[in-house]
Amino acid sequence: MTQTTEKPGVAQIWDWLDAVPDPEIPVISLVDLGIIRDVAWNDDTLEVTVTPTYSGCPATTIINLDIETALRGHGIEQLELKRQLSPAWTTDWLTEKGREKLEKYGIAPPQPAGGPQRCPHCGGTHLEKISQFGSTPCKAHWRCKDCLEPFDYFKCI
Amino acid sequence: MTDNPLFEFLLRMGDNTLILGHRVSEWCGHSPVLEEDIALANTALDLIGQTQMWLGLAAEVEGKGSSADDLAFLRDAWDFRNVLMVELPNGDFGQTMMRQFLFDAWQSIMLGRLMQSSDKRVADIAEKASKEVAYHVERSGDTVVGLGDGTEESHNRMQAALDYLYAYVAEMFESDAVDKAMAEAGIAPDLASLRDEYDALIGRVLAEATLALPKAKFSHKGGRDGFRHTEHLGHLLTQMQWLQRAYPGATW
Repeated sequence: MTQTTEKPGVAQIWDWLDAVPDPEIPVISLVDLGIIRDVAWNDDTLEVTVTPTYSGCPATTIINLDIETALRGHGIEQLELKRQLSPAWTTDWLTEKGREKLEKYGIAPPQPAGGPQRCPHCGGTHLEKISQFGSTPCKAHWRCKDCLEPFDYFKCI
Repeated sequence: MTDNPLFEFLLRMGDNTLILGHRVSEWCGHSPVLEEDIALANTALDLIGQTQMWLGLAAEVEGKGSSADDLAFLRDAWDFRNVLMVELPNGDFGQTMMRQFLFDAWQSIMLGRLMQSSDKRVADIAEKASKEVAYHVERSGDTVVGLGDGTEESHNRMQAALDYLYAYVAEMFESDAVDKAMAEAGIAPDLASLRDEYDALIGRVLAEATLALPKAKFSHKGGRDGFRHTEHLGHLLTQMQWLQRAYPGATW
């Protein structure tokens, strides 16, 4: 009986999840990344629905572990993580603050045009693609022709 | 032939991505330049990720309590259902990229159709995978054009790769009782119906790459029903399945 009154609200849980960093790009949170699709109580079990970024992304298992560790740390005892494939993850789900943090960190945020808008280091706009793929499945490799620095671009999918 | 055509169909999808993913991963640390190394490793990673979804569903549909890992690591060569093209050795970088393109083109069209599958689980996997495969086919197509319409050396190698691999293309469009059952249930398309779109896609890219389709009509088959794999698959499995063979039941 007392457990029902102690159940933290869903908004509180979203806040806790927003403090869990992405394991590959720790400046943004899992909520910023847009992969937490739902948080809901089913009786006394908390159900968190997560969608993978890329199907083979090795961070997925770490992400699930991090969610579990964080929520257990906040006293959640009955927790179920659900995987949802559809609708498939899209970079449209990155939060605005997530996009800003990415750029400050040196990763150009995704653009619908398919390439970075400007160099995250110097703001230059003379850019060239080096490779469709980068250091993680979610990034491509670009270079700025103004400052000559290479940088990661968060692919738009 | 089989009492569970959906299971067979899912094995075909998952074994294609598993075996090609393994082949492509063999380039890790060996590619001509760092960017290509990273790109190939990423492609392999996507393919292995897709395998987890296809074989995970296959195991669920089979209903014998096995997992995607069990299907990947505990079957022998004759139980694999991948097309022959994906088990062929990599050859040189050009041949690897030509094979990638010939497969990506098929997979991109196939996944587009599977997104309309009457089985939501299949449609969901297709939706997820198709986003990744759109990147794969763009890149492998660009590379085929770059190397085909490149130097005399790269052009000749790409033409040789196409001449060698083209005899393995037709198997991707073969149909048997499994495919018929899938088409009737609206789960997967009739594979023959993909051919025109495929020919148009590869025709456009190969023309830009200044490469010519071989005239010979002979085609190899025997992978997708497991009837006659090439000798190469067994060798691949000795590496891929080594740990489970040496230490049965070992876990991470």
